[in-house]
Amino acid sequence: MHASVGKILVLAVPVLLLLAFLLLGLWERRALGRAAGPSFVARNGAPVAIWLVLMVGFWTIVLIVLPLLHMVDLSFRPKLPPAQVGGPQDLYTLDNYRFFLFGGGFSASGWNDTHIQAFLITILASILITILNLALCYPLAFYMAKVAPEARLRLLMLLLVTPYWVNEILRAFAFRILFGTQGVLNKALLGAGLLTEPIDFIGQNVALYAGLSYAYLLLMVFPLYNAIESLDRNQLEAARDLGAPWWRIHLDIVIPHSRPGIASGTTLVFMLTAGALAAPQVLSGPNTLWFTPIVYDRFYQAFNWPQGAAYAFILLVTCIVFVLGVLRLFRLGLGEMHR
Amino acid sequence: MSREPFGRLLVGLYLVLFFLWLFGPLAVMAVTAFNVSAYPQIHPFEGFTLDWFARLLADRDVVYGVRQSFWIGLWVVLLSVPTGLAGALVMLQIDRRARGLYYLVVVSPVLTPGVIIGISTVIFWREWTFALDQRWLYQGTVLTVLAQSSFISAYTMLIFLSRLQRFDRTLEEAALDLGASRTRIFFDILLPYLRPAIFTAAVLAFLSSFENYNTTTFAILADKTLTTVLAGRVRQGTTPAISALAVLIILVTVVGALVYELAKRREERARLRRAAVARRAEVAEELAGEPAAGVLRSPA
Repeated sequence: MHASVGKILVLAVPVLLLLAFLLLGLWERRALGRAAGPSFVARNGAPVAIWLVLMVGFWTIVLIVLPLLHMVDLSFRPKLPPAQVGGPQDLYTLDNYRFFLFGGGFSASGWNDTHIQAFLITILASILITILNLALCYPLAFYMAKVAPEARLRLLMLLLVTPYWVNEILRAFAFRILFGTQGVLNKALLGAGLLTEPIDFIGQNVALYAGLSYAYLLLMVFPLYNAIESLDRNQLEAARDLGAPWWRIHLDIVIPHSRPGIASGTTLVFMLTAGALAAPQVLSGPNTLWFTPIVYDRFYQAFNWPQGAAYAFILLVTCIVFVLGVLRLFRLGLGEMHR
Repeated sequence: MSREPFGRLLVGLYLVLFFLWLFGPLAVMAVTAFNVSAYPQIHPFEGFTLDWFARLLADRDVVYGVRQSFWIGLWVVLLSVPTGLAGALVMLQIDRRARGLYYLVVVSPVLTPGVIIGISTVIFWREWTFALDQRWLYQGTVLTVLAQSSFISAYTMLIFLSRLQRFDRTLEEAALDLGASRTRIFFDILLPYLRPAIFTAAVLAFLSSFENYNTTTFAILADKTLTTVLAGRVRQGTTPAISALAVLIILVTVVGALVYELAKRREERARLRRAAVARRAEVAEELAGEPAAGVLRSPA
């Protein structure tokens, strides 16, 4: 199939989307009849209504939908010199995805080992880091939501937020200082006589995993806090009065109640960890690869944009699958997650 | 849970450890900024110096990056605050059936990895600016502002939504009954009501833009911002000058956070004072007029 067919499809999707919105609107108005109230323009006044439509239209279509569709489109096209783009050779192909699986045909096993391995490690490590963060943050979120007095809560919030305005690169750099072979931790351990030789924390990826866990703690705390905060304190009191031990209170009351918070926290942290670029670039050992830096290199080292687009799309699909999986696990709808 | 002293102790210990983990690395980094040693370390502390700060400010790329990040942040605020507000207003008015789809579209940038937002923006804009021969638009700063705005607008929208949920619709109706136009209501009632949210959204948008790396590193093309300059520096090697930058950023943030907190408290106090004055006036009026009616009405 020639690339121009795709272009038409890509442009058709936003139009269809707009049409769907209009039809849904008309349908609802017809169903409601008189009860529908004034129209959109009448309700906002013409100037404001025009501004709303223009802004939201620009945002959703030009900033969100079209770029994504173009990325997907490009990922199915061959890498061509600029003069041939749109020419007779610009045919849809699965080559970029094939490359992810099988490489350029140079590997002994026939598979693209480095990239597949990096991808799997990224997914697995991200899942583990997400679970670790959930465990680390849950007690704090509960403490903030149900135990801490007002003044201390404000202080804790301030303390929590402050480190996060230091950008990711600098936070990763802090971990390099901490974990380097000549770093603070090694010096301390050597000085205390616990080690005779420095441990290569960075080569062993300890620094990377620690840095990644550190990087997105905050995004786990706040959704959890919000969810637990909305729990009625009386339920806890009642359970306590009935003699439930503390762990049963959490297992049977707090955790089921905070499902939406857990879901949105875990999806956010997973997405950010799997998509992290700064920490892997700064903290990776020489022989490990995180998936995102590979994507980056497809673009700005190999200059193979279609391939980079394919890799990015693989990452995106993984994240979507994870989100859906978590929602399934917690039996939630998408709208229930962010309240 | 924290009723017995043992449980209390455990909770306290956990809190201390948690915040030690949160601040420890930053504190260590901050100390290395003042150590003479060329490798960032705290022990041995070879002597106190401010040289690393001087070295940092002499680094042209860093200074250029700060300036770029600042301008980009400003444009992102100008674009994403009105967009987020529009998004929130549409969310509240859109028909029930379409709301799910709409929500999915506008919240998706929050759930998409930043690198993908950067990549897709660059691909899209390269394609159409080249096709229509509008290459002057294909610039790192322009693309960065657009790419960042696509997800920062979702943040600001969420802020506006939570404030709008507490908006008192009767104010609007009262204004309508008094003959105000819809446009007038928007500017004289809705916008003033949203002022604190606009402020918060602007601050959040600026900071998110300023510290963003993942999206920026793709969208900035050949240009530079602070974070991309930093990434290059950090990959070249470790120098305490980078720690010095972290110290400056932490200082600015802490001062900013304090100012924000104080401003909020002052506004809160002013609000309480106004409320008290209003209540007193009401009471005085009721005492002068009909006491019984006032008593019946007053629990609110």
